[in-house]
Amino acid sequence: MTRWIFGTMAATALLTGAAIAKTDVTIGLQLEPPHLDPTSAAAGAIDQVLYANVFEGLMRFASDGSVINGLAEDWDISEDGKTYTFKLHSGVKFHDGTDLDSADVKFSLDRARAEDSVNAQKALFANIASVEAVDPLTVKVTLTAPQGNFLFNMAWGDAVIVAPESIDDIKVKPVGTGAFKFDDWKQGDSITLVKNADYWGDAAKLDKATFKFISEPTAAFGAMMAEDVDAFYSYPAPENLAQFEADPRFTVLAGNTEGETILAMNNKQAPFDNKLVREAVSHAIDRQAIIDGAMFGYGTPIGSHFAPHNPAYIDLTGNSEYDPEKAKALLAEAGMADGFKTTLKLPPPSYARRGGEIIAAQLRAVGIETEISNLEWAQWLEQAFRGKDFGLTIVSHTEPMDIGIYARPDYYFQYDNADLQKLMADFDVEAEGAKRTEMLQQAQTIISEDYVNAYLFQLALTTVVNAKLQGIWPDAPTQAIDLTAVSWAE
Amino acid sequence: MRNLTFGLILTTIFAIGALVSFVWTPYDVTVLEIANKLKSPTADHWFGTDHFGRDIFSMIMVGARTSIAVAIVAVVIGMGLGVPLGLAAAARKGSLLDEVIMRGNDLIFAFPSLLIAILITAIFGPSAVNAIIAIGIFNIPVFARLTRGAALSLWTRDYVLAARVAGKGATRISVEHILPNVANLLIVQGTIQFSLGILAEAALSYVGLGAQPPTPSWGRMLADAQTLIALAPHVALFPGFAILLTVLGLNLAGDGLRDVLDPKLRVLR
Repeated sequence: MTRWIFGTMAATALLTGAAIAKTDVTIGLQLEPPHLDPTSAAAGAIDQVLYANVFEGLMRFASDGSVINGLAEDWDISEDGKTYTFKLHSGVKFHDGTDLDSADVKFSLDRARAEDSVNAQKALFANIASVEAVDPLTVKVTLTAPQGNFLFNMAWGDAVIVAPESIDDIKVKPVGTGAFKFDDWKQGDSITLVKNADYWGDAAKLDKATFKFISEPTAAFGAMMAEDVDAFYSYPAPENLAQFEADPRFTVLAGNTEGETILAMNNKQAPFDNKLVREAVSHAIDRQAIIDGAMFGYGTPIGSHFAPHNPAYIDLTGNSEYDPEKAKALLAEAGMADGFKTTLKLPPPSYARRGGEIIAAQLRAVGIETEISNLEWAQWLEQAFRGKDFGLTIVSHTEPMDIGIYARPDYYFQYDNADLQKLMADFDVEAEGAKRTEMLQQAQTIISEDYVNAYLFQLALTTVVNAKLQGIWPDAPTQAIDLTAVSWAE
Repeated sequence: MRNLTFGLILTTIFAIGALVSFVWTPYDVTVLEIANKLKSPTADHWFGTDHFGRDIFSMIMVGARTSIAVAIVAVVIGMGLGVPLGLAAAARKGSLLDEVIMRGNDLIFAFPSLLIAILITAIFGPSAVNAIIAIGIFNIPVFARLTRGAALSLWTRDYVLAARVAGKGATRISVEHILPNVANLLIVQGTIQFSLGILAEAALSYVGLGAQPPTPSWGRMLADAQTLIALAPHVALFPGFAILLTVLGLNLAGDGLRDVLDPKLRVLR
């Protein structure tokens, strides 16, 4: 029966030819998700495929990064800022046909904040004291202290609402409330989603969406050129972008990411425990040469650990202008006029591998010799991130609003500053907007003037899309490829 | 004879390039000029520039150094260990020593060499030295087998018998009578292993396990150029040709040397 329908459809499509608009899309992605549960792993690929498409949270991120209502129709904050009351949309169904109610929300939040939870962002839920299902469509969340960014936290992919009925199989058969249903996962090849006909909100415009995993940049180029994929999210080889731009079949979307790309210095390891040395390294680096050489011009220079598209951003690149002479003078002042030797550990992405070679040459020019080692991600996580065995390393921090990592002295670059730690603790409980902005700017200034790391550039998100495909997010306010509004032009 | 000449000329060109690079290269390969990147070949830059604006001609000269050094040392390791083992095995044919040596060699031979090289560099970290060791180990059974095979037939010769009658020990006979007679074969095989060593080094560097940046290496130049082929084909073509021509030269030289040195072929003429 099914075969007969497909046959007829294919025949109709052939007969009418181009008159029928395409209703499916294939998106190329470099990384494949390890499994399909966004609430129990840090892998960004899981959210890229499932966030907003299959799973939804109480709140959600819009394409510009603002937080808007998701499954919550309305919310209310108590006077003391400690109690949040969410009113859920009525008539929302999970893909397995069960209703969404307050019990599911309570289950999801309690599961995420539980003692044995494996949620990758447990800090998002750390402040929750209790979750209460008042009636089937009302949930009351009580916090231990007022928290300014609680709604923001609830928009993350790690805070999506899951159902107890389907939780056992979530890693291979995710059941959510979104506009797309999970259909099939061919491991090592692709994941297919199909339209959810019973979606509670605006229905998806596409009938089918396939995420195809292509890790090799050369293969990605071939797949795009042959139009095997309709879009390639975060296209891995910036050197090919000029070619796509020149081709009328394609559009290149250059957007913002939350990825601050930094040359991280081990603040507890000599000689980087000396601020003068860190300052010297920062002045020895020519950001523009790195952006041009490693990213072929895509990227925005940054002077602190903060995204330029954020309203609270202040431009601090002036603190660490390219000035090799000053770098040499600073090294001499630190008692290292003859330079020194250190290690530079590089993870696989091209910003690190290519950027690393450029930085090594720039550091050599002021007398700092680096021994480069190219590592795979697993090795990098083990040696540099967890083992803290590195002098220098390059990595892009893609989490949104992650300046708080500087308040964690055990974080891999081991920056320990009590003033900043206090500032960030105050920031977490501050609810007033203007105050929050001011505190963020203070924090940016402190780490910039302390030269904790050398701040290179904000990673650009370059997505190559078929010129007729509309509605792909150019920016990445979170790890997501929201296809709910994507459609083909006539 | 023509093969030999042509092969030697090609090999010599690269050897000279590598030697000259110690004292002079047209441009400094450690200096990056981003503004000058991906320039096509011109009179200034004979082979053009790469994605960091480095001169590809200079990089190929320095890369030849890396390739040749790795391959030579690997052949020396293989000969240095393989030949004595082969001689010992032949001298004690059928003994436990012979069995241990030859089965040990079979064991190494049974593994795909590049896979083990990747394993070694994965455990001990990628570097030129580890690449040399990995490639060198796989040269050992090649030379050991060759030496043993040739030596076995020599041990039945009358002059060896005469030497034994004269009271010479197995070690002395091996060194004084067997070794000089298998030297021809070893030289020919050495040339071929040398070219295989260059290929292996390029392959290891290509997957990122050979010489680490900023040391130029032909294999890594190819890997870096992979995504640039559509944009600037010369970046991939020149290191590719360098590998091709060196290996071709060494193989031709090996063939030619065998024509000249191998007694069996000499008789046929």
